Amino acid sequence: MSDLLAARSQMGVSLAFHIIFAVVGIAMPVMMVVAERRWQVTGHAIYLDLAQRWAKGTAILFAVGAVSGTVLSFELGLLWPEFMRFAGPIIGMPFSLEGFAFFTEAIFLGIYLYGWDRISPGAHLAAGGIVALSGAASGVFVVVANAWMNAPAGFELVNGQAVNVDPLAAMANPAALPQAIHMTLAAYAATGFAVAGIHALLLLKDPANAFHRRALAIALIVGAPAAVLQPISGDLSARHLARHQPVKLAAAEALFQTRAGAPLTLGGWPDMDRRETRFAIDIPSGLSLLAFHDPGAVVKGLDAAPRDEWPNVPAVHLAFQLMVALGTYLALVALWAGWRAWRGADLAHDRWLLRAIALATPLGFIAVETGWMVTELGRQPWVIYGVLKTADAVTPMPGLIVPFLTFTLLYCFLGVIVAWLLYRQILRSPEIPEWRGFYMPVDSRGSRKGEGA
Amino acid sequence: MTLADILAAVVFVALNAYAVLGGADFGGGVWALLAGGLRKERQRDLIAHAIGPVWEANHVWLILAIVLLFTGFPAAFARLGILLHIPLSLVLIGIVLRGSAFTFWRYGGEADAQQRRWGVTFAVASLITPVLLGITVGAVASGAVSGPRAPDTVFFAVYVAPWLTPFALSVGLFALVAFAFLAAVYLTLEAEDTELREDFRRRALSAGVALLGAALLVLALSGVGAPRVRAGLILAPWAVPLHLVTGVAAVAALVALWQRRYGAARVAAAALVSLILWGWGLSQYPYILPPDLTVTGAAAPAATLRLLVGALALGAVVLLPSLYYLFRVFKGRPTA
Repeated sequence: MSDLLAARSQMGVSLAFHIIFAVVGIAMPVMMVVAERRWQVTGHAIYLDLAQRWAKGTAILFAVGAVSGTVLSFELGLLWPEFMRFAGPIIGMPFSLEGFAFFTEAIFLGIYLYGWDRISPGAHLAAGGIVALSGAASGVFVVVANAWMNAPAGFELVNGQAVNVDPLAAMANPAALPQAIHMTLAAYAATGFAVAGIHALLLLKDPANAFHRRALAIALIVGAPAAVLQPISGDLSARHLARHQPVKLAAAEALFQTRAGAPLTLGGWPDMDRRETRFAIDIPSGLSLLAFHDPGAVVKGLDAAPRDEWPNVPAVHLAFQLMVALGTYLALVALWAGWRAWRGADLAHDRWLLRAIALATPLGFIAVETGWMVTELGRQPWVIYGVLKTADAVTPMPGLIVPFLTFTLLYCFLGVIVAWLLYRQILRSPEIPEWRGFYMPVDSRGSRKGEGA
Repeated sequence: MTLADILAAVVFVALNAYAVLGGADFGGGVWALLAGGLRKERQRDLIAHAIGPVWEANHVWLILAIVLLFTGFPAAFARLGILLHIPLSLVLIGIVLRGSAFTFWRYGGEADAQQRRWGVTFAVASLITPVLLGITVGAVASGAVSGPRAPDTVFFAVYVAPWLTPFALSVGLFALVAFAFLAAVYLTLEAEDTELREDFRRRALSAGVALLGAALLVLALSGVGAPRVRAGLILAPWAVPLHLVTGVAAVAALVALWQRRYGAARVAAAALVSLILWGWGLSQYPYILPPDLTVTGAAAPAATLRLLVGALALGAVVLLPSLYYLFRVFKGRPTA
């Protein structure tokens, strides 16, 4: 394994690991706050139990997310010092803002987790709200920095040096808005469906369980609208790519030749030698229609770039197809659930719907991972699109396979532990017998019956 | 004062905050490892209780310092990333294990043997990470993180020799003792009964004496290890006043502990560690990475610096009240 590949692999593993925790850290606090608010309004102790369980889950996931995020901020320099030397002044700004947002998140999460008995209920709920807001803001700032790598702006290149640096213009790069929207919706959709899926699975065994019924409802409230909106945001992203990152779109769609009326390619395997995609279903003019909202529009193919500036086309194409398929599945299930709920059906007794939701548990996260593979692999061989090659950004230190393997092992180990702890702490059904039925307490607000369950 | 100087000072303030707040969280782990006697479990509970609500916020000071460093001083960040790759990677592993293990320990549910193992992992990571952090500081202070080298230089000379020196190791030891000292002093205020408070008072006093020893060791090795810092600390016009104030803080911390005036001890201990840090910073100024990279030389373009200082001012408006609230809720005066 070359040092460049080892560095890329270490960065990839670190990002793939961290992103799960980052995504959960954005969406989980929303569910926790909704549950707490429901408790304050209704007085049903079951909501308090939900809020506290989700808070515990958030505590575990946030801690791992915080430390793995620290690793990433250092790895920018440990693995890509030449990238940071060039990019730091231009795009460090959103990272600094992210630092503040993350600081706010950590402070108020501490207050939320440990402050149940120390501050007023209103202040406690507000602390949870601030955690949810600053979590979303951190995510947006980091994605804005990544967007700049895809659509660099805010400087001029003179003899390989950046001059006239304008960090605000860099933040306002054309990829920033589509990427930020797409990622934020992805966070809510993936987390919402993961939580909903787990409770759907438990409801299949025990449809009357009041605890899981309410958990399912809140998780769907967070996940389903985002999943429905995501295809619209995906369309925005595709149109951005067609204009600003044509090679990435060409790789994602495995479009080898530039042409008018380009077809939408579903599935298939890009044959790099013959420069054609085999075994695919083509929808005539579909890509032109999606990318430019015009069936006759010219879409650039891979032939628009020299061969040595192509990304790994099969990987990008496969990841893209997978992301789109999974996103579509989530959107359809969300619509189905919404329609059933609107018709007044009891979702917990719709066994086919429950099965469909249970199946979705890991799919949102797989869509997030494959989406990032499209973004990152699709930009190669560039680290800053059209400006700096990844190979020129890597550290001169040899032997990078050692840190790559070390961090990979560390993350595999932590992943197993976290999964086991979540199972042990969060997913077990509550011990309170009456909640196993259609529990609906009559006692009024302030009842803390379920506390400590 | 240029903008670059202001920004360098802010980075240093963030490091200072990390040392006196986050450092104490590491020190807490050290005392969890060394917990003993009749009140072993109660000592560990007190430590976990004290760290729980604040360690993540305290940890963010390090992240803030890093992002400000790579935005404001990209050349310094790039060089640190290359030459100190190994100790910084080890610091990261320590940080990951410390944070995760603490959370697994406290949120793992049942108090069984497995949970106790997480407690041990947390404590061991808390012991090793400060030493590695100190080593990187020692490597910078010694002037070993220096300019471009011939490409054919051997691996050891480039990537190991700068930080594997007696001086850097002594700074690592010093950092560990300093963090343990801070933690013990703060824990005297956290303890709600006299016995526990006395436990940590004794620990704080011994750590204070050990800190003096570690400081003397660093000083002794600095002649060879870090001549520039040593010269700055002896010859600069601010040297004598700084040493006087530092000495006063040291004596005040120990005397306050002796007299059981814990509030005063906390202030003096934090001031002592801060003053020592600033002594290091001032003695290597104007260099950010001695012997050749200055604060000005490593700085980003003026447009970036202006925006960054502006963002810092705005951020502080959000951050400082939030921090105040956090510490008021959890670290208000105990009722004893």
